[in-house]
Amino acid sequence: MASLKQLALREEERPRFTGGHSLCAGCGIPTIVRTVFDSIPGPVVAVSATGCLEVATTRYPFTAWGVPWLHVAFENAAAVASGVEAAYRALAQRGRLSGERVTIVVFAGDGGTYDIGLQALSGALERGHRFLYVCYDNEAYMNTGIQRSGATPFAASTTTSPVGSVGRGKAEVRKDLTAIVVAHHIPYAAQASTSHWQDLSVKVERAVAQEGPSFLNILSTCPPGWGHEARDGARVARLAVESRYWPLFEVVDGHYRLTHYPQHPMALVEWLEMQKRFSHLRGIASVDLESELEREIVAQWQELERRTAESKAWFEDRATESA
Amino acid sequence: MASERQDAFMRPGGVVLPGDVARPRTGGWRTGVKPAVQLEKCVDCLLCWIHCPDMAVQHKQGVFQGFDYDLCKGCEVCAEVCPTGAIQMVAEATQLDPRGAILPEGEGRDG
Repeated sequence: MASLKQLALREEERPRFTGGHSLCAGCGIPTIVRTVFDSIPGPVVAVSATGCLEVATTRYPFTAWGVPWLHVAFENAAAVASGVEAAYRALAQRGRLSGERVTIVVFAGDGGTYDIGLQALSGALERGHRFLYVCYDNEAYMNTGIQRSGATPFAASTTTSPVGSVGRGKAEVRKDLTAIVVAHHIPYAAQASTSHWQDLSVKVERAVAQEGPSFLNILSTCPPGWGHEARDGARVARLAVESRYWPLFEVVDGHYRLTHYPQHPMALVEWLEMQKRFSHLRGIASVDLESELEREIVAQWQELERRTAESKAWFEDRATESA
Repeated sequence: MASERQDAFMRPGGVVLPGDVARPRTGGWRTGVKPAVQLEKCVDCLLCWIHCPDMAVQHKQGVFQGFDYDLCKGCEVCAEVCPTGAIQMVAEATQLDPRGAILPEGEGRDG
């Protein structure tokens, strides 16, 4: 487990992601990229799907990336990473590489993961390539102007799920992508948040130690898309976790474990109130919408608690074995 | 050499490496306020460093060294996450020392 100072020293020694990019003021994505990079010991190859991160960090001829970086298209980041990994293995077999363990990391948004890149991700997970897939989940297509995605939560207002005389925000429930990924029987999957940087850093260390695919779904706050003040990014992320909207957990070989229990769980309404995309829920007419969202959140938390309890013995056995 | 490199990557198939091109100055995004620090309150916890979206918080060996105002977009996240209240936003024209500390009245000004 690395301390913040250790992460800072690593970044000072080998900066892998630099300023000068055009991501919005207060964006949550750079903290994700840096925490992931600073938690990986050896050399890194990064692959990006189309998205905020890709367009904002590579305005020709500038690049914010201090590592080999590839971008091909929106839908195929995981397929590109598969190719990189296969090439790496082939070269290693022929003795053309130094033998140093190279980590291949994909950074893609929720649009490039939940929706457009899902088939490529599914294929890469099933084939078992050794790579880390990081989804920075800001819950809509922010780069193109805040259109709803498969990750947008129920009742959230976006430009394609607007609030008006008929519309009441997104009518559908977001898909549970982490569960879809877990269904591929990969060695490691987890959910994390920038507000809990150490939890995230530990999960990156565990993920890249695997011999197969690993997946991190990381909540990324978005000031223009969520409608909160730029300065409140870290607080909105923390409240998402403390209100149990975004539970922090990991799934090791199919076994679930909650990694953070809010000491004083906040009411969901406190998190909702910070964001304009939910501002229509304040009216009395929308009380049902809010309680429907709350029911979804409570059911999700109870399911994770149940699964954590089921896996308790498995984790204890594993701890005893390795001791 | 930056100029030789520039010729190389401007050709078809050329490769851009970090440092080949000057970093865009995103400090111009600020709208009237910039972060400043009261150094006696800073405990070098580096929470501002990890949460800064623009890598504008500088440190040396883990010790806070001020802000890079060429990069800082003025989002105020650093002031918000600072657990000791050492960082506060001040007017753009405020005179600061190289580590981002507010100068006592009358210092650092011409005449």
